[in-house]
Amino acid sequence: MLSSTALIWGVALILLPLSGALLTFLFRAVATPIGICVALAINLCTVRLAWLISTQEVPRYPLGGWGAPLGIDLYVDGLSMTLLIMSAVVGLAISCYAPSYFRSARHKLIYFWPLWLFLWTALNALFLSADIFNLYVTLELLSLAAVALAALAGSADALTGAMRYLLVSLLGSLCYLLGVALLYHAYATVDIALLAERVVASPITSAAFGLMMAGLLLKTALFPLHFWLPPAHASAAAPVSALLSALVVKASYYLLLRLWLEVFGNVNVGIDVILGVFGAAAVLWGSLQALRQSRLKLLIAYSTVAQLGYLFVVFPLAAVNANAWQGALYLALSHAFAKAAMFLAAGNMLLFCGHDRIIDLDRVVQRLPLSLSAFALAGVSIIGLPPSGGFIGKWLLLEVAVAHALWGWAVVIVVGGILAAAYVFRVVGHAFTPAKNTHEVHAVPAVMEWVALVLATSSILLGLSAAQTLMLFEVGDPFRILSGEAPS
Amino acid sequence: MSSTFFFALAGIGLFVLGLYGLIIYAHLLRKILAINIMGSGVFLVLAGLAHRLPDGTADPISHAMIITGIVVAVAATALALVLMLQVQHTTGQAVLPEKQKY
Repeated sequence: MLSSTALIWGVALILLPLSGALLTFLFRAVATPIGICVALAINLCTVRLAWLISTQEVPRYPLGGWGAPLGIDLYVDGLSMTLLIMSAVVGLAISCYAPSYFRSARHKLIYFWPLWLFLWTALNALFLSADIFNLYVTLELLSLAAVALAALAGSADALTGAMRYLLVSLLGSLCYLLGVALLYHAYATVDIALLAERVVASPITSAAFGLMMAGLLLKTALFPLHFWLPPAHASAAAPVSALLSALVVKASYYLLLRLWLEVFGNVNVGIDVILGVFGAAAVLWGSLQALRQSRLKLLIAYSTVAQLGYLFVVFPLAAVNANAWQGALYLALSHAFAKAAMFLAAGNMLLFCGHDRIIDLDRVVQRLPLSLSAFALAGVSIIGLPPSGGFIGKWLLLEVAVAHALWGWAVVIVVGGILAAAYVFRVVGHAFTPAKNTHEVHAVPAVMEWVALVLATSSILLGLSAAQTLMLFEVGDPFRILSGEAPS
Repeated sequence: MSSTFFFALAGIGLFVLGLYGLIIYAHLLRKILAINIMGSGVFLVLAGLAHRLPDGTADPISHAMIITGIVVAVAATALALVLMLQVQHTTGQAVLPEKQKY
């Protein structure tokens, strides 16, 4: 069986970070070399898997040889492969950045490595799992690792932020689990493919749908359920903020999208517009809040709230034309690169100036040119200027909105871009001018600057490789259900 | 049917009760207990609805799910308690600030 051997690489994607986490926990003295080797190996496996699934048929892999109804299947298609690549690239960047960031606090680095590799394990397992109960377990593993990482900074803000994040995550997971219980009762399976065949519109399906959606929306921080995100993301250490904003929120969004597309295709009538309205509110509210912030990391965290809004504006657009899903995936991918780059650049400025008050950024452009370039380039992608990845994503959405005369959504997408430009230029402007209060400055290691710049550049390059990226999205045709319903 | 339904309803009741507690009480220990009550509610739903095979035996897969869920809940509770102690140690009280200062 050629097709199932491809997913040996998928199994490696789960086992590598898991064993890496255990090894870095046991051998603390050499944690950094082990961690970086594991990150490199994960990237190699991801490339190999992407190559195999784009040239062969899409595989399912029964773990331990047990079949679908009883055993646990792994599955990969264009949607999950894209997110696996996203975590591999951002993960490698963060693995290179973190040792330098924590160089004056080695005890934090000792906790960082195992927790981060556990988080990576959970992410990869989440993207590869094909049954909703296994997805619950990975979702919990992900939030426990993420909360522990968020608390790593140790300040009072970080601890209360992490505590709130934990309570919200657990609430979200329990809602999701109750939905799983109802679905299992009604359809006697937790396998996504089998559920997709068996599911019918009924009160119990609607109840399960509502519970699972509510739980996942809470975890994805859709406005007005975003209240926990800015404190948790802004008060964490810079590499942790980057991976929370870039990767962790995308995981629950992926799960939501997967369930929406495969399982609840026939019960979600009318919900798409509600999600779209909340998404639009998130874009506007998040951007306005970002403009009001006086601290750089909070500005970036509110920008995440706004950018997550776009991922929900997609739902009403995709109801008329399934091409909008590709726009959403494109936005999610470029947001991951750009937002990670922004948080890492902000971490450099924080380290350099000793604070992250925006108005006191004293001529950062002359002293940290690479970090500020990284911030500005990432900003280009967040705003959605050509030729960035963010531009392609927004373009795909605008194309659908304009073609079907959905002007309201088009206006939201454009206004969100303008507001994003306003908050990005606010930071860049203060970085060019001398501040009233000057501070003692601290040197920033070159590797930290370069990592941020490489990530920001890759979010721009993503726009130049649109053809290949869109081809990858289509592997296994993950958006097929709604495309069948699309009116001409 | 009746006992199955009774257990499931009791489970939903516990879930709602826990949710109420989570929202109403400020003290973190009460919030953590409320989350645990919600979790027990979900497990009771799973256990109650497992009793549905034609020969009258319970569905073992539901029980496997409950056991996995309990393991996850224990880990989550442990983390929550440690974090609560840290919050208390750092801020002097085991409550979340009503309004973030930013």
